[in-house]
Amino acid sequence: MASSTMTRSTPAISGRVALARPRGSGGQLAVAGAAVIALAIASMFVGVSDVSLPALLAGDQTAWDIFWISRVPRTVSVILAGMAMSVAGLIMQLMARNKFVEPSTVGTVESASLGILVVTVAVPGASLLAKMSTATVFAAAGTALFLLVLRRIPLRNTLLVPLVGIMLGGVIAAVTTFFAYRYDLLQTLNSWMIGDFSGVLRGRYELLWIVAVLTLVGYLCADRFTMAGMGQEFSTNLGLNYNRVMTLGLIIVSLISAVVVVNIGSIPFLGLIVPNLVSIIFGDNVRRAVPWVAVFGAGFVLVCDIIGRTIRFPYEIPVGVIVSAIGSAMFLYLLLRKRERRG
Amino acid sequence: MIHVSGVSKRYGTQTVVDDVSCYIKDGGITSIIGPNGAGKSTLLSMMSRLLDMDAGSVTIDGLDVNDTPGRELARKMAILRQDNQLTVRLTVRDLVGFGRFPHHGGRPRIEDKAYIDQALDYLDLSAMADKFVDELSGGQRQRAFIAMVLAQDTDYLLLDEPLNNLDMKHAVEMMRLLRRLTDELGKTVVLVIHDINFASCYSDNIVAMREGRLVHQGAPAQIMQPEVLRDVYEIDIRIEEIEGNRIGVYFA
Amino acid sequence: MNAVVSTGLPTALTQHQRRPIKGIPPKTWIIALAVLAAALVAAFILIDLRGNIGYILPRRAIKVGSMILVAYAVGVSTVLFQTVTSNRILTPSIMGFDALYMLIQTGLTFAIGGQALLTMGAPARFVIEVALMVAFSFLLYRWLFTGGGKSLHLMLLVGIVFGTMFRGISSLLQRLIDPSEFIILQDLFFASFNNVDGLLLLVSALAVAAVSVLAWRMRHQLDVLSLGRETAINLGVDHKRSVISVLIICSVLVAVSTALVGPITFFGLLVASLAYQLCSHFRHTSVLAIAVLLGIIALVGGQLVLEQVFAFDTALSIVIEFVGGIVFIALLLKGKVK
Repeated sequence: MASSTMTRSTPAISGRVALARPRGSGGQLAVAGAAVIALAIASMFVGVSDVSLPALLAGDQTAWDIFWISRVPRTVSVILAGMAMSVAGLIMQLMARNKFVEPSTVGTVESASLGILVVTVAVPGASLLAKMSTATVFAAAGTALFLLVLRRIPLRNTLLVPLVGIMLGGVIAAVTTFFAYRYDLLQTLNSWMIGDFSGVLRGRYELLWIVAVLTLVGYLCADRFTMAGMGQEFSTNLGLNYNRVMTLGLIIVSLISAVVVVNIGSIPFLGLIVPNLVSIIFGDNVRRAVPWVAVFGAGFVLVCDIIGRTIRFPYEIPVGVIVSAIGSAMFLYLLLRKRERRG
Repeated sequence: MIHVSGVSKRYGTQTVVDDVSCYIKDGGITSIIGPNGAGKSTLLSMMSRLLDMDAGSVTIDGLDVNDTPGRELARKMAILRQDNQLTVRLTVRDLVGFGRFPHHGGRPRIEDKAYIDQALDYLDLSAMADKFVDELSGGQRQRAFIAMVLAQDTDYLLLDEPLNNLDMKHAVEMMRLLRRLTDELGKTVVLVIHDINFASCYSDNIVAMREGRLVHQGAPAQIMQPEVLRDVYEIDIRIEEIEGNRIGVYFA
Repeated sequence: MNAVVSTGLPTALTQHQRRPIKGIPPKTWIIALAVLAAALVAAFILIDLRGNIGYILPRRAIKVGSMILVAYAVGVSTVLFQTVTSNRILTPSIMGFDALYMLIQTGLTFAIGGQALLTMGAPARFVIEVALMVAFSFLLYRWLFTGGGKSLHLMLLVGIVFGTMFRGISSLLQRLIDPSEFIILQDLFFASFNNVDGLLLLVSALAVAAVSVLAWRMRHQLDVLSLGRETAINLGVDHKRSVISVLIICSVLVAVSTALVGPITFFGLLVASLAYQLCSHFRHTSVLAIAVLLGIIALVGGQLVLEQVFAFDTALSIVIEFVGGIVFIALLLKGKVK
């Protein structure tokens, strides 16, 4: 009954095609990109240590050191994580054909945390790369589990999908918490569950560049994910190898989530709100939406990170806390928006 | 007597029921007809206080439904909607027993049992009184709910699309039952109904609505006229007289 | 015959039903469960009772007392909440009530300071918090319950996201307040069963007793309310007033259980679902008694097993979240929720 009153999200064939007026043109995208670059520059000059433009121009060695060791890596990783998590959310939405899913509402992020916990307990001195690989495998398994459960959901009810996903994440998180509690790793677990850029330094964040490549692959394959989201028969009819595309999407989403969780921590709801906002503004043309999602994601996390560094200066508030508060409020808005409009 | 005066209901900018006024005399069956979205069920919901009205008032035997205590109204008028979902598992007798709640407030007296038995008997449910409601067929379940409002022992009975989802046999049985309730027990029945021919054959009075407004009211013979029905439904309906009943033919 | 009329009332009517175990009347269940609960409570207090008995005994009594109180609060609030919302999957904690309570505590600390909150004393603090909780929960949830036509899935999802948002804002506020204030707050929050103080338990018990009187007086209306909003109104129950009363009762009970043990999202769902299964009669007095007894058995028994067999301490809530989450998903997928 509920499903009949809900609009099913079919991104590519929705009525919200950008025909009415030319939206999201290249020029506008360039302006938005410039705005993000301006935010990035601002981000490089926020912090406890004094790094100012005059100091840099004067050739102050300490200022330059801090700039290269801390500020630039931090800003770069904010942009990378923001872009990648938003695009991962979009891919997840295309694959599940549901607008309310993203890595933190389907158990991907929770599975990645479980993976890190397992490797931390089993191999105490594991390298970052080992942690990331394990986290990726777990994230992929968790996401695959969700996609399997998804097939059992009657009528693919729009709201039931995220509900089941969130609960699945909760169950996985309970397992993780239980073992973290047993091995006295609750504090450490917290650092994965709450995204925080304050620990980013040169030499410790470079693996994050992996997600840039993945985001690009996601952009190039966006249309395929749309088709695969229509179902196996539909995509086979179009000559698409359904299983291969779904596997590719699964790998991209899991890898992005795992890399971000290991290096930064979880940034909840980011992949949900950014693609939805882009869809509200520019419509559902996926190929054109991806650059916008990337730009918006980077800009949004930059703003949140700058807020986190300034609101309680000189202390820092982790970006995950800020995104979680804002993100859940926006999620509520997205859920209730249609209802209000329907009256 | 039910007196509806100036009742309106708005959702946002959309007016669903627009300044409706009418009298419904005691005794007999009154059918509310009209196309989809005419506001029939909304009007009935406001008459029965299931829905707050934005303007106007409804009185039943002089009791204003807006400010009369719920229990007092519940002894005067019963409302039965179509989609009666139960989350609890009840026997038929338990369900019918709830009809006595407005009278005893949770502490059943001896005479209440008599009313329950009577209601079960009247609807031919005595044999299955100890069955669970979810074990009944659709028609039986509907009868169980009617038995509940019968045990409620009210002068007025309001029903929202009681024929919905019933096949021909059960629909006819339902209408005959309502007829018996008015003729034998002297109740006043108001119902929302889609089938104009059922309305024509069984009611004493028809209220026709369109786009939230009351457009016609009168005896079946007055309403079952091609020009009146065209005004209500915006299609041409031929009227044939068969065995003393006026039947609308609109299939071709 | 069946085929002809099978299109009668919505199929949800039958799908909602869970078949109670037949043949065993509620009274038998209540007696059996009460005996089991009493045995577990006795075992909890008496097992390994050695050393300084004068010190250990009161501590254990307070611990088991707070568990009983939590079981009562969670069981009663969940069943009442499900009655007025006419479904069997929404619970106060799933709808974010306990997260709201924690947000109110954090917000109060943020606004007037932890020291001021402490000097206020437990009873006064409790009254203010509950009053705020009732006001906020009423504003927030009124639209969910009044008026029909809302999808249960939407309500669930909105409730869960509300909970996430409350927790998000709480943790944001916690990081904005002074670290020393935060320590005070943490003591308020994470009073697990192991360090409940006697005064808090007393205040909680009094609050629970007060709302229980209110609930007891509503018991017949509650039976009628379980038939659904429209039937209840038809039978003369003031639906709006009942919903407000139940919201007040739930607010107090959730405040009590959250203050005593912190949030446990799925405990209520587990206890209530099982109680409906066991209880063959619709009367709230029976269902509530069974739900509360099941809660006591689960908490005291679970804690006993974890402590004695696995030598864990406070991991019980995590186990409940795990099992509860799976049950919740199963309920969703079985299509019991429409």
